[in-house]
Amino acid sequence: MKFLGLIWINLKRRKIRSILTFLSIVVALFLFCTLQAVLETVNSQFKIGNENRLVVRNSISIIFDLPISYLNWLKSLPEVKSVSYTNWFGGIYIEERNFFPQFAVDPETFLSMYPELIIPEDQKIAFLKERTACIVGEGLMKKYGWKLNDTIHLKGTIFPGDWPFIIRGVYRPATEEFGDNMYFHWNYLYEKSERAANIGTYIIELKDTSQAANVARVIDEHYKNSSYSTLTQDEKVFLLSFVSLYGNIGLLLNTIGMAITFAILLVTSNTMIMSVRERIPEIAVMKTLGFTDFLVFILILAEAIFLCILGGLSGCLFARFLYNVTGFNASGFLPGFHVSFKTIITGMIVTVIVGFVSGIIPAWQSSRLSIVNALRKV
Amino acid sequence: MAVFTFINSKRFTKSIIMHIPIIYNVRSLIQRPVSTLATVMGIAIVVAVLCGMLALATGFQKAISSTGSPDNVIVMRDGADAEISSGIPRDNVNIIASLPEIANNKDGRPMFSADIVVIINIHKIGESKYYNVTVRGVSKNAFDLRENMRIIAGRSFNPGAYEVIIGSKLVGKYENCYLDGTLEYGQRKWTVVGIFSAGETAFDSEIWGENEILMPVFWGPVFQSVTFRMNDSTLFYKIKDKLENDPRLQVAVYRESDFYSKRSQALTMVLKFLGYFVSSIMAIGAIFGAINTMNSAIASRHREIAVLLTLGFPPSAILFSFLFECILICVTGGIVGCLLALPLNFVTTSTTNWQTFTEVAFTFHLTPGIFCAGIIFAVIMGILGGFVPSWRSSRQSIAQALRQE
Repeated sequence: MKFLGLIWINLKRRKIRSILTFLSIVVALFLFCTLQAVLETVNSQFKIGNENRLVVRNSISIIFDLPISYLNWLKSLPEVKSVSYTNWFGGIYIEERNFFPQFAVDPETFLSMYPELIIPEDQKIAFLKERTACIVGEGLMKKYGWKLNDTIHLKGTIFPGDWPFIIRGVYRPATEEFGDNMYFHWNYLYEKSERAANIGTYIIELKDTSQAANVARVIDEHYKNSSYSTLTQDEKVFLLSFVSLYGNIGLLLNTIGMAITFAILLVTSNTMIMSVRERIPEIAVMKTLGFTDFLVFILILAEAIFLCILGGLSGCLFARFLYNVTGFNASGFLPGFHVSFKTIITGMIVTVIVGFVSGIIPAWQSSRLSIVNALRKV
Repeated sequence: MAVFTFINSKRFTKSIIMHIPIIYNVRSLIQRPVSTLATVMGIAIVVAVLCGMLALATGFQKAISSTGSPDNVIVMRDGADAEISSGIPRDNVNIIASLPEIANNKDGRPMFSADIVVIINIHKIGESKYYNVTVRGVSKNAFDLRENMRIIAGRSFNPGAYEVIIGSKLVGKYENCYLDGTLEYGQRKWTVVGIFSAGETAFDSEIWGENEILMPVFWGPVFQSVTFRMNDSTLFYKIKDKLENDPRLQVAVYRESDFYSKRSQALTMVLKFLGYFVSSIMAIGAIFGAINTMNSAIASRHREIAVLLTLGFPPSAILFSFLFECILICVTGGIVGCLLALPLNFVTTSTTNWQTFTEVAFTFHLTPGIFCAGIIFAVIMGILGGFVPSWRSSRQSIAQALRQE
């Protein structure tokens, strides 16, 4: 620890160089944390599923629906506590880019099955009473400047026409990852749609989670030879299948992350090499005074690591602070976007490694320096 | 104005005439190989990332937008934003098919296809997750609409048989996607009788069969879209008006090329933005690195600079010389970066087309324009990184510089 002062003085020797190196590490780690946070948010979006709930969908693919007649048989299964159903609406609010998910649901069973939606009791009653009512996430209210009891119009894409909805309730998602969606009465969809809407997915709440695999098998077996065969998965697995929609985004972000790491490695090692080259006579003097080769090695290495940690920590904290304050979520596409402690720790491990690698060659060179040769250069 | 005065001034003329030979800069770069190399590589990585991201965006855009032809018209239900959410009943299809503006092929048959479009789930080889793949049922003459479509193995499907042909990008990636493989969906077994290549378009990731045999398996008597070739593509707006105002129809009419390029716009924009955003932030780091390198290069050459000034080189010549040196480093880095990105041209990747939720495979596509963007980016980094150190070096006083050491 007593050498910390020495390291500090050495960094201050060429202030501009140290500051620029520091800043390039800050920038790099800021970017690194941002990309990692994007990756983490994308993955966590689909981890909100509950294993106690099963999702039944058409076995061909998610765009095919199921008949409403399945409801009664599903309800009759002894392991089943309650059954709800949803359908994807896919409406457009004014413009195509104002995207948010909309679901037609069976309101009573849905709300009782999803404690993730926190909604005041009076609003809940108002929503249940009225067929054209809907509830929306509080983030959407803020984004579009809606007020309670406003009527909003969506343009149907799957179900054509103009669809008015009255906002009777605002919910707060229990976890941010749950996101801001819109839910309305399935009956409204059924009655107003010209295509006589069916069921997109059935959601089943089980009495006993351990029966999940068993129940799923029973359901799929039962409908195997019907013209609407089913695929039953637990909600986690169901939602995970959407992760694949992001394609190779993980690979892409990780590749960029690697490139950034390599780039800062070059900048810092360049700095360390330049700074050691300038200090050759000084290192020789230190050795003359009795500093051992090993101590010189450690001092130079520590200087590189110290600079990296300083920059890396600032970059990580800056990223965390910036996204916290601005509440950035890519206009709703990345709900709950934030730089987690896990990301910061990953970032710090990377910086320490970068510091170590960039310092090791100059440190090794200076530890091997012979006093006579070095002093002769002056 | 000050700039023009400067250009017309004697000082500028003098600095042009009395320029320091370029070989001086090249030699001094070779003098310090390690730090030059580190800086060059730093710049190269930034340029490579930029080129890679732009190539990704361009490849995606190319795959989607080249799917459509400007001579074709695609008709969907009004309000539907993608084929899967559209539905056109058979009697409407017959009305559209009777348009006199539809071109005929060499056998005198109309170049016209009423498509069934559905999504099915297939496993990727070695993965347990499902992926969405488009199945398209087409009319017999659909191939006339696609000049770049070729059967590269096997044969086309026979009408009335449970046979399909698959796009070349599916082969080897998805389970059972090979010649004579059997796909199972809609309670039928489908034999893969052929593999087609559709020249880097989105069709290359699709499965095609006959529309009449696919229809009863899926939706019932509705088609998703109608595509036809116009005999005169300048008549597009006339055809559009005619169909959209027909009281018997509820359709939206698009030029096929416009329809597909609009579909690729959003993701292309996001990818391009991401490319510039990420590489700009990385560039800041690289510029700091370049400044460091130049500062140190100049610091070790104080006496040389003083000698140059004494010899009568004007300060502006020193400024240009060092600025040039920094730009040289960065352009070299830019070229290396472009070379690093080059192998990407052979990489195929896939992403979800968000409009249809299906997988689209495409190849990174590097264009001369992307390389230009990379080099220009490198030059900008050079100027930003080199200006301050060069300017400072040209302003130093001779006496002070010579006195050092």
